[in-house]
Amino acid sequence: MTAIQSRRRPAGPASAANRIWDAGPLTKVVLTFALVLSAFPIYYMFVMATRSNDEALDTPPPLLPGGNLGDNVNRLLEAEQAYFATGLINSIIISTTVTVSVVLISTLAGFAFAKLKFRGSKILLGSILLTMMVPLQQMGIVPLYEMMVTLGWTGQIQAVILPFLVNGFGVFMMTQYTSQAVPDELVEAARVDGASTMRIYANVILPAVRPGMAVLALLTFMQNWNEFLWPSIVLNPDNPVVQTSIAALNQAHGTDYVMLFTGTAASVLPLVIVFVAFGRQIVGGLMEGAVKA
Amino acid sequence: MTLKVDTPAPVGRTGPARSPGHRGSGRGGNGLARFDLRATPYFLVSPYFLLFTLFGLFPLGYTFWVSLHDWELAGDKTFLGIDNYVELIADGSFWNAVVNTVGIFVIATIPQLVMALLLANALNKRIRGRLFFRLGILLPLVTSVVAVAVVFTQLYGRDYGMINWFLGLFGVEAIEWQNQSWSAWIAIATMIDWRWTGYNAIILLAAMQTIPKDLYEAASLDGASPRRQFWQITVPMLRPTLIFVVFTSTIGGLTLFAEPVMFEGNPTMAGGATGQYQTVAMFIVKEGFRDFDMGYASAAAWMLFALILVGILINYSITRRIGGKK
Repeated sequence: MTAIQSRRRPAGPASAANRIWDAGPLTKVVLTFALVLSAFPIYYMFVMATRSNDEALDTPPPLLPGGNLGDNVNRLLEAEQAYFATGLINSIIISTTVTVSVVLISTLAGFAFAKLKFRGSKILLGSILLTMMVPLQQMGIVPLYEMMVTLGWTGQIQAVILPFLVNGFGVFMMTQYTSQAVPDELVEAARVDGASTMRIYANVILPAVRPGMAVLALLTFMQNWNEFLWPSIVLNPDNPVVQTSIAALNQAHGTDYVMLFTGTAASVLPLVIVFVAFGRQIVGGLMEGAVKA
Repeated sequence: MTLKVDTPAPVGRTGPARSPGHRGSGRGGNGLARFDLRATPYFLVSPYFLLFTLFGLFPLGYTFWVSLHDWELAGDKTFLGIDNYVELIADGSFWNAVVNTVGIFVIATIPQLVMALLLANALNKRIRGRLFFRLGILLPLVTSVVAVAVVFTQLYGRDYGMINWFLGLFGVEAIEWQNQSWSAWIAIATMIDWRWTGYNAIILLAAMQTIPKDLYEAASLDGASPRRQFWQITVPMLRPTLIFVVFTSTIGGLTLFAEPVMFEGNPTMAGGATGQYQTVAMFIVKEGFRDFDMGYASAAAWMLFALILVGILINYSITRRIGGKK
């Protein structure tokens, strides 16, 4: 990341050619405007969650928090047909399970594709890239549904877990990451020392690719937390995930704006907290992944 | 997929200094070591391929099989051959869904890419609070599509929505955004752009930082204006990443589902009174899980795949030409 490091260095006397990298007033205005646009809907969501429905319909709409949050939360938890608390718990279980599986399986496969030589590895990796082009969700919907009916799992959360246990993007990302983060010499040296492949994985690879695993875990968790199409088909309304619960809320109590917004705020809050806490790593990981891809 | 960046990739962090195990441990004879070298790689990739075959590949093939039938979940399954496809090609409501999907995709993606490029360029400047700005524009990514749709649908509300209130300040009459296809498309496109522009800007920014600085210095000495440098150096150098961004946007855009469903507010999958914002993904769910014509839905799913392939090809050939003249 030479580019980043050199820009972190305390700025010396800027040479003329260097000055074009300083942000002008226009750049600052554009960035501030983008920041406000990005943050406003989220801020608005949280403001509305603390207001009453009467206030929500004021013109101009309220822009500061009010004191109605507790009442809204109570109504949200008691809202019929939404089963919000159940949805929240289900989403936590599903997203966590899927994340553990995807990260583990992707790290193993990424190690093999990045650092081991074996017959057919290029073709296998190529096939993973190809399948990333296929809209598996939409295309697998009928057979997957039949599969779950046959297994008697419709309406149960394992029906939402199983199809997502692996994903091509994860393998692709960990392959890229491993090939950059671990020098070949290190693997060879361990080999000369007589370490078995699994030992190399545990002692050399795992410690080095941990940052990549963290980013992949975060992206996977987010993606599954936000899953909507498949759960809305295979789960029943009384055992929802958080997203389908909000959809039900929207349909049954669409006029109770503030309660609806309390639900969306609650569904977004865990991700926003994680994002704020690990923001630097997420941005760094995304950018590293992007360049390596 | 050729996503290689032309410029030398940045040097990654080096691995742990710790050397593994003690010398000689875990050595199980020559035969075992050779077996380990040959077989373990397959063992490592097998979990992915096993699960993928079961939940990815098998459904894919099975969908094709289903699409050749008049298929009811628990009832008759009559072989039809390509009849479902023939019917689909003559089905006005399917093409309506295709037009909506492509329309929303185009009005969402083009402004999004331009904005992402400009934002990335702005973020590439030296500015105080760099990380803060980057985090800020990435923030929409962590919200869920459903939450975004709820908020925006409210913002686009006819009587109390903030957008109509704002437009009203300029004398524009209250718009019923759901009613017309153009207005519904715009509303849905803004939801997509709000969520993804920052993400794409960060990806493009990462690629921008790998462009060697001396290229710009040389151009400056030759008297090229910053604007000229942006179009003649930055954009052409970004081409591989642009192709990647366009590629992912195409797949995401053509499988659009949650935003229009939430915008409608009920799960009928109709996409408005006259289907003015029904997307192909909604069409598939409606045929398969509202009208229970699973063979027809499966045929539509394969048509969606074909649509994506065509979309990728077209976008690839357009993107490849961007800044082609150096």
